Amino acid sequence: MSIRRVGAAIGAAGLLISGLAACGGDKTYASVVEKVKDGGTIIVGTKWDQPSLGLKKGNAPEGFDVDVAKAVLKEMNGGKDVDITWKESISANRETFLGNGTVDIIFATYSITEARKQKVTFAGPYVIAHQDVMVRKDDASISQPQQLVGKKICKASGSNSYKRITDPPPDGQLDLDATLVDATNYSECVSKLSGGNLDAVTTDDLILAGFAKQAGGNFKILGQPFTDEKYGIGLKKGDKATCEAVNAAVKKLWDNGTMKQLLTTWFGGIDGLKLSDAAPPAEGCA
Amino acid sequence: MDELFEYAGFLAEGFLENLKLAAICAVASLILGTILAAMRVSPTPVLRGVGTVYVNVLRNTPLTLVLAFSILGLSDQLDLVFSEEPRTNAFWIVALGLSVYTAAFVCEAIRSGINTVPMGQAEAARALGLGFFQSLTLIILPQAFRVVVAPLGSVMIAMVKNTTVAVAGGFAADVAANMREVFDTTGASIPIFLGIVVAFMAVTLPIGFFTGWLARRLAVAR
Amino acid sequence: MSSSVLFDAPGPRARIRNHLLTAISLVAVGAVVWFIYRGFDDKGQWDGKIWAPFVDPSTWTDYIIPGLLGTLKAAAAAAVLALVFGAVFGLARLSEHRWIRMIAGFVVEVFRSIPLLLLIFFIYFLMQGGDYTFFALVLGLTLYNGSVLAEVVRAGVLAVPNGQSEAAYAIGLRKSQVMRMILLPQAVTAMMPAIVSQLVVLLKDTALGYIIAYVDLLNMGFKLIPANFFGSLIPAAIVIGIIYIGLNMALSALATWLEKRSRRSRKTAAPPIAPPGPALIGMGPATPGAAAIEGME
Repeated sequence: MSIRRVGAAIGAAGLLISGLAACGGDKTYASVVEKVKDGGTIIVGTKWDQPSLGLKKGNAPEGFDVDVAKAVLKEMNGGKDVDITWKESISANRETFLGNGTVDIIFATYSITEARKQKVTFAGPYVIAHQDVMVRKDDASISQPQQLVGKKICKASGSNSYKRITDPPPDGQLDLDATLVDATNYSECVSKLSGGNLDAVTTDDLILAGFAKQAGGNFKILGQPFTDEKYGIGLKKGDKATCEAVNAAVKKLWDNGTMKQLLTTWFGGIDGLKLSDAAPPAEGCA
Repeated sequence: MDELFEYAGFLAEGFLENLKLAAICAVASLILGTILAAMRVSPTPVLRGVGTVYVNVLRNTPLTLVLAFSILGLSDQLDLVFSEEPRTNAFWIVALGLSVYTAAFVCEAIRSGINTVPMGQAEAARALGLGFFQSLTLIILPQAFRVVVAPLGSVMIAMVKNTTVAVAGGFAADVAANMREVFDTTGASIPIFLGIVVAFMAVTLPIGFFTGWLARRLAVAR
Repeated sequence: MSSSVLFDAPGPRARIRNHLLTAISLVAVGAVVWFIYRGFDDKGQWDGKIWAPFVDPSTWTDYIIPGLLGTLKAAAAAAVLALVFGAVFGLARLSEHRWIRMIAGFVVEVFRSIPLLLLIFFIYFLMQGGDYTFFALVLGLTLYNGSVLAEVVRAGVLAVPNGQSEAAYAIGLRKSQVMRMILLPQAVTAMMPAIVSQLVVLLKDTALGYIIAYVDLLNMGFKLIPANFFGSLIPAAIVIGIIYIGLNMALSALATWLEKRSRRSRKTAAPPIAPPGPALIGMGPATPGAAAIEGME
């Protein structure tokens, strides 16, 4: 290895590092709503691995969250389509992504909680999901969450949903003695459920509904929701202007029936799932 | 520093699982690896073929995939269930997957040890009228093992470190999983990380020193 | 020693025994294959419906190839950085200054003994979430494999016979010139096989990214493909397993070829070196079996 070659290697490494660092746009805006109205390309964060909510198909995701994002941005732009770049935002990344500007806005099964409000600004909610339980269609032994005692439920790495079953308040809710089965993600949970190595998967009903729909009648949802998960639209902390514009758009979409229609498109006809007809109460942008 | 003491018990519990896994895998992979090495030098072409395929497949597959396949394929689909309790079952599935993976490396280490035994030894054994099995177990393997003590030591060190991948096999109660859970609440903690690193070094360094010392003691003078 | 000296040319009885053994092992292998086939069949894993996605080109262009690119991207970045790290620290361990040797030795030994997954987790959490899975994976792979490569570099330079550097000093070359013009060029040839086999390890270890949700081949296969095509987790695992094995076997073959070539090579006075053994300070020369354990970690 001659010095020149060593130099080339170091140069290549430097390029890699600078490639890693290169992020962000060319023009700066005070708020996302300004960027939308100026015809800028909006970076939208969604999930990429959740059927019917945000699922990667080809280069872009599709699902309810994705369609709501498109509709809301279009509404904010006075009915004109907005250029969108999609970015996968897993649960653990969402606050950081908004904070450092990796994404402009997030529609990713993002429940509004007090803890998260410290870090980001929420618009919405645009829909309310509820934690529910999904079991195999032919499993008659579980018809309500309280029957999960002694049953095997999934503990997906990085998700706290199982705590609502197994722990008492404030962290949990039902405080049942269920057996936890570890899995890396919800796809693994669903595979285990269909193979019979799990008795139930529990998390937000909309997420469960997506998997149930994908599975084509192998699973059923109990339809006994026991929490309210207000799905909000994540914005950079303090972006009040955008928050208000988003809220106005969400209200309009509920008023003209678009939301209801999107919900039916993605979640219609699923056993046990009740879809809400009315807009969830707005929270304001304080 | 406080968080290290606060969670020390929880982390030690996890580390104990790693040690248990390592102990089981050490025994299982040494036995399986020796059998595989014997297969790879045996007079039966089918056995040689099976040994070769086994080693090449396992050695070239990421451990993460081996473990994930063990739990999702072998246990969930082929009903290979060690225990009704999911966590115990996952523990044994990981032990199985890691042993099967490590055995491929043990086999290769032993086989290369066999290659260092001079041809005259095997020829002399045959001249005495020993068959394949006798010359392998009485003449060749005892000499081969002496040569490969140090490499087997490194295989075992790697195996101890590899127990941290257990979470891929559905066993999320080892020290890596517990560290992650603690980090979810405390954020990255340097004392905790260093504590775990020191714990691992306390296990791997002695293995290295011991096998190195043993290798020098057992070295065959030629 | 070739394995055939372990047994005589079979006589009539041995031949019967061998045939018997062959038959028994064939039956045993057949039984295992049959058991796996039937087991998967019972659970409907050979169902054409769940395998159909893999004959559809869009599955490959949408998921498998981007996943493979993710794997290769992480592997390539980590390989380049690990080589730089290895070169710097390997040479630092040969420095004439005691304190440089000690620091480099300490760094190399520590990173070699940390379980890689823990290192990746730690870096990932230090970054406080965010889009740092690639960064954490690459940095973790770099530090670990770079430390192993540092040992390779050191062993490679030490493997060049003393006469080479003595002769170089005798004709009046300076220290840096000896390293650059005499030792390194010969050492690189001797190191090549060990470097390539360490790169196989690195490529395999990119799969650890699955655990921190980096979008690589494993992530596509175990998460996104099953989320898109219900029930196709086992088929996906089999398909990506074959891809990994093919990829690594090709790289291993390259390592073997390079080793044969450098054994023949007259351009270097150094014999090819084996990948380093246990993480020990001053373990002495590599042992004969060391070459076999490449790719373990």
